This record gives sequence, structure tokens and C-alpha cells, in this order.
Amino acid sequence: MGFDPVTDYPLGTRRPDLVTTPSGRPLDDVTLAAARDGRLHAEDTRATATTLGLQAEVARAAGRAQLADGLDRAAELTGVPDDELLAIYTALRPGRSSAAELEAWAARLDEVGAPRNAAFVREAAAAYAVRGLATDG
Amino acid sequence: MAEERRSARFTAREATELRRETLVEAWPELGLVAAQGPADPEPELVVRDGAVMRLDGKDASELDVIDRFLVAHGLDLEIAAEAMALPDERLARMLVDVDVPRDELVRLGRGLTPAKLARVVGMLDPVEMMLALKKLRARRDPGNQAHVTNLKESPALLAADAAEAARRGFDELETTVGVARYAPLNALALLVGSQTGRPGVMTQCAVEERRNLELAIRGLVTYAETLSVYGTEAVFADGDDTPWSKAFLASAYASRGVKVRFTSGTGSEALMGHAAGLSMLYLEARCVAVVRAAGAQGVQNGSISCVALVLSVPGGTRAILAENVLAAWLDLEVASGNDAIASHSPIRKTAKLMGQFLPGTDFVTSGYSIMPRRDNTFGGGNYDADDIDEWLTIQRDWQVDGGIEPVAEEEALRVRERAARAVQAVFAELGLPAVTDAEVEVATVAHGSREMPDRDRAADVEAADELLARGVSALDVALALDRRGYEDVAEAVVGMLRQRVAADYLQTSAVIEPDGLVRSAVNDPNLYLGPGTGYRLEGERWALLQALPHVVDPRGLGTAPADSEPIVEEGGPAAPGDDASEVVVAVGPSFADGLRETIAGLPHADVLAAVVAGVEEAGASARVVRGRRAADVAFIGHDGARLSGSGVALGLQSKGTAVIHRADLQPLDNLELFGMSPLYTLESYRAMGRNAAGYALGRRVGPVPTELDNFARAKLIVRTTLLHAQEARAAVPGASPVELALVSASLRPPSGRL
Repeated sequence: MGFDPVTDYPLGTRRPDLVTTPSGRPLDDVTLAAARDGRLHAEDTRATATTLGLQAEVARAAGRAQLADGLDRAAELTGVPDDELLAIYTALRPGRSSAAELEAWAARLDEVGAPRNAAFVREAAAAYAVRGLATDG
Repeated sequence: MAEERRSARFTAREATELRRETLVEAWPELGLVAAQGPADPEPELVVRDGAVMRLDGKDASELDVIDRFLVAHGLDLEIAAEAMALPDERLARMLVDVDVPRDELVRLGRGLTPAKLARVVGMLDPVEMMLALKKLRARRDPGNQAHVTNLKESPALLAADAAEAARRGFDELETTVGVARYAPLNALALLVGSQTGRPGVMTQCAVEERRNLELAIRGLVTYAETLSVYGTEAVFADGDDTPWSKAFLASAYASRGVKVRFTSGTGSEALMGHAAGLSMLYLEARCVAVVRAAGAQGVQNGSISCVALVLSVPGGTRAILAENVLAAWLDLEVASGNDAIASHSPIRKTAKLMGQFLPGTDFVTSGYSIMPRRDNTFGGGNYDADDIDEWLTIQRDWQVDGGIEPVAEEEALRVRERAARAVQAVFAELGLPAVTDAEVEVATVAHGSREMPDRDRAADVEAADELLARGVSALDVALALDRRGYEDVAEAVVGMLRQRVAADYLQTSAVIEPDGLVRSAVNDPNLYLGPGTGYRLEGERWALLQALPHVVDPRGLGTAPADSEPIVEEGGPAAPGDDASEVVVAVGPSFADGLRETIAGLPHADVLAAVVAGVEEAGASARVVRGRRAADVAFIGHDGARLSGSGVALGLQSKGTAVIHRADLQPLDNLELFGMSPLYTLESYRAMGRNAAGYALGRRVGPVPTELDNFARAKLIVRTTLLHAQEARAAVPGASPVELALVSASLRPPSGRL
């Protein structure tokens, strides 16, 4: 069950045992036959936070620190609802939010178990304050 | 005052397509300078106690939002100490030194500031840049991406085009919408078409973020490359983003299983009016640094939609290649532009293309228009459906893999029809407005959407809205395909969902093989270290890329059918003649034998009859012999002249080249040479006969007027070679000439000695 981020990639081919769907179904159950029998649902054909975390490890082991960070942030965001995701994106656009509003989103991200993204939003807020990109800048 | 004189050559050049474009002098204040702008900062990085104090000419307090993002995420300060200390020349030489591995350059690149990156790459000449790009590409194999759109947003045509593109080997297909609400239908058609053509091909639909994310969540698309970044803070803000917002969006996409590629490119800042007096290349260095810092695996760069602006300034083409090199140096997947129309001039745009085509990039174009460019709703189509044979031929010429495979017409029709049928089936199963049989049939064979039957577009967009409202997903598409008997396509669609669960394609430069294996820079890295290493077009792949459908077997060209009736009969050895009014007509070893017509398609019997008629109507007599020892027209003619009572002969090669010769001349000299055999008619040969007779009878002779076709050689050199080779094979060294008589009475000329 160990994982070697150098030799175990691609996970889908080399380590399907490490990959599950959000409902815990093994990767090898993602088949047309399962869909026919009604055992596979659309919302279950997504990457889990765990899988994205493994991909982050693969990227980091390949020397790609920023890609790994991005995948770690993505892993956290799997649990954030679509509307909220787009709302946070909009809030991060220039001249959309005050420092307090960005802090509120950061707090919300902390609350849903997305501390990396929370820190990312706070970092943006600090830069926006200096550069006049916040509504109260 | 005299009237202004104009040169007809200058005015002719003014009328060329090229001259529709405006070239301008550099104007650095407006950012109209390709590279090394006078205001570009000196590379600089001052770090104290782990904090950046100065960056590329700015104090920490002056850093803009881009600089701040790079300080936070883009610069590895530990490596920077080492990398920034290396002289520019040293780094530039390392870029082209095949003994310095890519890994080492990528490592150093993590510690370089944008000004240093731009400065170093700017030192390379174009060939050095190509070598650097070849070496720095992230994935071993080059690839290509196609655009698939049409003006009518016809689902059957989208599916057919997607299938053909997939079948031709494109790794990614991109569509967009004319009308935003069409997005789910276009994405659906692309998904079904792509998986019909070749399982594993990734697709995207370039639309506004919310729609895009929605399509991704449904599994209807697998990648996005619409995340634009810019090199100045002002343009970034005008684009309604910051590096943080774009990086967040990238992670949001990745969380929904979307492979993310950013977009940037030289010229965008100048176009948007806020280049801040900085060069295009320096600003692009800032862009690609942001892209990497944002955690994207790759970038679509190479000026993209601003290409024509960059090409207006000196060194523009070179700067675009330089930005591709920069992106690869930063370890990013590169989709290297060549999608928007770079120039009206085919010569100019193809010269530009070679910068990416020859070294190879992850995607040589960020959108080859699989359909005619008038159907390209991206406004792209730099290369399109009508150019595919040219692209394939250039691949074959250079032995270079530009990512497009030849497909026979029959196979293209098969796969197009099947995809159009499959999308018809899915539309029916999902209760969408019917795709008619007529649509399927036209989509299979059409040149473009103009030929497609019109659809009820109001009904389509309503159905598209409803499709989203119902929450239809790729899994529903798979089940619809399965119910209608497209089990393999259904499997391929489920295969893409399986890929989404495993997320392997989120790694750098990932493409998916038909068997589901993901190949990326992780498991298929570019390890180029000079000749004999890295990706080389050879073996099966080379065999595939050279076997174009219109390539012919040279063994079948030019020879006479085995069952041809004989035209001439050989007599005894030809003796020297004593008739002073005689012209010998000497034909080559294969004439009217192994070969039966000239390169212009004139039957040898007719040619012979025309020559003889010409000789006779000018008052001389003709005697036909066959030269057997040589295939060269000079020797055929000269040997004939030595047999001729008048000393004059007309030599005729089987391919139709002729010469009028005289016995006292050197073999390689002549009286008249007729080398333009593709252009000759029977009347030409008759005129040659008349002139030969004129020389024999000692008259003043004006040369036979000849035409010139400078393209004849390009068109016919292969057939010329083959015909000549056949004649050369028929020659017997040392064999003496023989008399010839025409067999067929019907071909006998009006009078003569035949």
C-alpha cells in the first residue's frame, strides 16, 4: 500500500489500488458495465482530495514545487461547493472586495478545511491592500 | 517637373498579399519593441535575511502585484543566489550546450528573475533558440492541438470534424461557441466525435469561466486554456484578474478534474495600451514566471492572438520563438501558438512556423483548424483543412513530427460518418432536437458548414439550457451511446471519466494514449542530450508519416503495359547513308518499345510520324534508326548524325527530349536542343523535323520557337528521372544502331521511306 511518487505514476495504470471515487469505489469499478447496472453515478466520477494529494506528491517529487502547491490547493477545494468556488474567484478579482471581505472568505476556507487556500487568500489581501486592488485600498 | 517614375517591379510587389500588412519601426515607449527594450530593467535580485529587497530594478516597496506574486511563489531564493550570479553568456551557452541536461537548466531557472530570463534568451540567435527549445521541451514527444468549430454550430459537423482530427492524431481538440448558450451542445458533440475518432483525446470548450466549470463538472470537457495572464499590473487588472485570482481559478479547475493551461503572449500589453515602455519579450518573461508560480502545468504562448502585431516590429518572429523557449525553460508545457493568422503571406507565416515546427513543442499549434478557416470561430485558421497535405508534406520533407497523421479519404469518410451517426444517436436518446440523416450525410462529405442543412437554432439553445438544467453528464452520454450500439465509443467516454478520477493528466504535458496510458513529462520526459538522444522520428512512426495517401509507387510510373501492341520493328544494323538530303531520325533504346509515350503523353508513333512528316515537307528524306548504346539525347543524336548522309540527325529520347545534331560537332554540342519535352505538341515535333531538314539541305534556319515553363521541372522531375532510368537500363554498352520500321500501317506518315 506504500506509495512511491516517482515510480507509481501514472496512478491509473500503475497504482489503481490507491485510487477511489468520492464514494469510496475502487478505480477499477469505473466501467461502462457498472454504469449500465446503475452502480456508477456521475457525481462519483471525480478525483478525491486524496488522489489530488497523491498527484501533488508526484509533482513535488518531479521537482515541480508550484504545480504541487496548486494541486494541494485543488485537493482542498474538492470539498468547496461550486457556487462558493466561483464566488471566491470573483472576490479575488481586482477591485471586488475589501480587506475584510477577503478575510471573511479566508475564514470560510479555514472552516471547510482548506487552510492552504485560506492562506492564499490572505496573502492576496495583503498584496491588494498595498497595490490598491481592494475596494478599501 | 517630370512625371514621377514608377518601377513596374515595385508596383507589382505592392500588390502582393504581404503588403496588406503594416510594418512599423520600433517605438519602445508604446511597447512596440520585440526584445531588449531600452527601458527593460537590469536583472537584479537583492535578498536580505530571506526577504527580497530589490527585484529587477525595483525596491521592495515599489513591487507591483505581479512582482509580489513572483516573490511569494515564483522565485526559489536558495537557487537564486547561485543562478543570478552566473554571467548571462554562461547561461546562454548552457541553453545550447547539449551536454548540459535539461534538469540542470530547469533547476537554475527556478532562481532567475524575469529580466535575467529575458536577457539570457535574448542572446540566442534563431537556430540556437530552436536547439534550446528542442532540448527544453518538457515531454519527449511533440504533439498538436486542433480547433473544431463551425459557423452554424452544427453538431453533426462538429462531431465529424472532431473525429477526423482525433483520427489524424491530434492530442487535444478545442471548440468554442458563437452563441454562449450552445456550449453544452458543442462540448457534447466534441466529446462524442473525439472518442469516436480515437479514445483518449482531450477536449475543451472555450467559454466564460462559470460555464466552463459547469461543463467540466459534467465531464463534458477535460481541459481549459483560457486563463490569460499579462506582464503589467495595469493590463492584468484590465483583464479583470490578478495573479492570485487566476491561480485560485486554476486550482478550482484542477479540483474539478480539468487540466489547466494558461495563456499569455507577446504583444498583448502593447495592444491593450499599457506596456509601460517595456519590451514584449521582457513582459512575456514576467507572464510565464507568473504562470509557473500560479501552479499551472503549462501555457499557451507564442503571441497567440497578437501575433500579427508582434510581426510588425523588427525581430518579432524571433521574439515569439524566444517566449516559447522561456516557457519551456520554466518547465511548462508549451502550446506554441501558430493558431491565429500570422500573415497574409504563406511564405512569411510558414517561415515563422518553422521556429516551433522543427524543434517540436508539446503542441506545435494551439489550434490547427481541422475545418476550412471560414468556419473557424476563434478567428484562427493560420493553417486549415485545405493545408493538411502541405503540413504532411513538410513533415515528410524534414523528417519531423508535427503531430498530424495522414489518413486516407475512405477512412476519413468512415470515421466522420460514424461520429455524425453517434452524435445523432445521442441527441435522440437525450431528447435533443433531432440530427437528421441529411445532416449526417452532408457532415460526412462537406467542405464546410455552408453546405450543412440549417437547424432550428432557437430550439437548439433551448435544448442546451435544458440539458444543463437536467444535469446531463458524460456518463449519460456514455449510456446513450451504449443503448444505440456504440459500445466502443461509450467505453471511451467512460475511459475519460476514469482518467478524471485518477487525475494523472493534471501533471505537466500530459496526453492520453488510446489504451488509456497517460504520457506526461513525469513518465515520458524529454531527455535530449544531442544527436542520437531524445525524440527522433524513426521506425513505425516515420513509416506512417511518410506514407501520404497520394504517394505513388515509382515502379508503376511510365512503363508500357505488358500487353502493348508493337509499334516498330527493328531491322538490321544501320549503315552510314550516302544520300546528302537525308535526315536520320535516331530514337532512344526504349522508344516505342519499353516506353510508349513522351512525358507530355504523346504516343511515340505519332511523334515519329510528325517528325518524319516535318522532314519530308521541308524537302529532305527521313531514315529512322534506333540508337542502342546510350540513353543520353546528345549521344543518340550524334550517333545518328554520324550515320546520316547529310551529317544531320534529329535525336529523340523516349521522354520526348530532342536534339538536332551534326556529325562534325562534339557530342555535347548541338544545332538545337529541345529540353522542354513536357510542353511539346505534335506540331512542335513537326517543326523540329522541318528544321533538321533545313540544316541538312544547307538552308538558313531560324530556331524552333520554344516556350519556358519554370514549374515543369518541379512537376515532372520524378517522371523524367524514372523515364530516363528506364531508357538507361535498356541501353546496351557498345551496341550499334539498328534500322527501324513502323509496324502499324495506319500510323504510317503520308509518304516516306518507313
